[in-house]
Amino acid sequence: MYTQALDMQGSDSSPMGEAALEQRFLARVDAEEKIEPKDWMPARYRNTLIRQISQHAHSEIVGMLPEGNWITRAPTLQRKAILIAKVQDEGGHGAYLYSAAETLGVSRDQLIDQLLSGKAKYSSIFNYPTPTWADVGAIGWLVDGAAIMNQIPLCRCSYGPYARAMVRVCREESFHQRQGYDLMVHLAQGTPEQKRMAQEALNRWWWPALMMFGPSDANSTHSGESQRWKIKRFSNDELRQKFVDFTVPQARFLDLSIPDPLLRWDEAKQQHEFGPIDWTEFDQVLKGNGPCNAERLAARRNAHAAGAWVRDAASAYAEKQRLRSATPAAA
Amino acid sequence: MNTPLQDSRQWPLYEVFVRARGGLDHKHVGSLHAADARMAIEHARDLYTRRQEGVSIWVVPSKDISASDPAEGESLFEPARDKIYRHPTFYEIPDEVKTL
Repeated sequence: MYTQALDMQGSDSSPMGEAALEQRFLARVDAEEKIEPKDWMPARYRNTLIRQISQHAHSEIVGMLPEGNWITRAPTLQRKAILIAKVQDEGGHGAYLYSAAETLGVSRDQLIDQLLSGKAKYSSIFNYPTPTWADVGAIGWLVDGAAIMNQIPLCRCSYGPYARAMVRVCREESFHQRQGYDLMVHLAQGTPEQKRMAQEALNRWWWPALMMFGPSDANSTHSGESQRWKIKRFSNDELRQKFVDFTVPQARFLDLSIPDPLLRWDEAKQQHEFGPIDWTEFDQVLKGNGPCNAERLAARRNAHAAGAWVRDAASAYAEKQRLRSATPAAA
Repeated sequence: MNTPLQDSRQWPLYEVFVRARGGLDHKHVGSLHAADARMAIEHARDLYTRRQEGVSIWVVPSKDISASDPAEGESLFEPARDKIYRHPTFYEIPDEVKTL
């Protein structure tokens, strides 16, 4: 193995200009090397990552709300335990991702502040309501399924801390998707009323799930550079297509129908063709006019404000302990 | 950026190391904020060992970690590059000679 290393001649360590540094950075990215926090990186790369990772973290945190809505009303103790574990995972994912964002030089307080002030974006999917228990199943199956599709390529993203966080997230996300599908199987094979509930939940979540992959490639503003930097490996439309092709047979097994009259199998292309996405709805939800935008933000603000005394008490206790342990040492 | 929503004191950052099984080294798994070391261990338990990923946890205040500078990477690690005689595979041993 070391002989291979011998072949690699290091470049000179003389002070370099911005252009030379950028060239070296791109060469490392091309060689599939990971960029680490203390390495030189272009400011645009840093800012893109801060934006993307923090939006991702916010999405995990806000994503706890639609399902958290059902914890107290889960139909069995086991379903309740599963749902609590899943929601706890989402909180954990937010924490991994905030930590990854912080390695780029932004503070946790700044990030939380951006979320609570409404300045930061998060995935628009979480601005939809969960009126029935079947929505919990549909979220796991479709929303987490779409998230996995987006996130698996991120495990190979060029920024080390983000890639490592995503490995952990993806491992746990698989549980989320499977428990959701399992829930749908039980409903779809249950009473006609339960099956109708499952169908209605699929109807509600199908199109928003397709929108999770972002604007179509023709209208995606951030794609070019992100692909060059190996932050993004596949285009929005490629991933969306893959999601449709994976999900249609899963719906067929449930004997539920996908709410798209134009959906059909294209034999020549060996993939599904599907109807147009209503991007006006996407834009509206993104702008804050979705069914639950205000409710979600209010819930986060309340939680933050209501938890202030706990944080203050913990800080005061830590300070008291620090002073106490300092005293005998000084004496 | 100071708004009423923001806490004035951010809890310090801790790096978390987890021993996956007895007999293995503690390995860096990530970081978290906590008011003190005890809380850092409790949070690390919740954050990094929800699925039996560990049997022991170390937490270290991130500010106490000294790290090598990537810009000095070459001066630190270059000297080892041409010392291939430090590896056993540098030496060709005649085929007849066994157990060496």
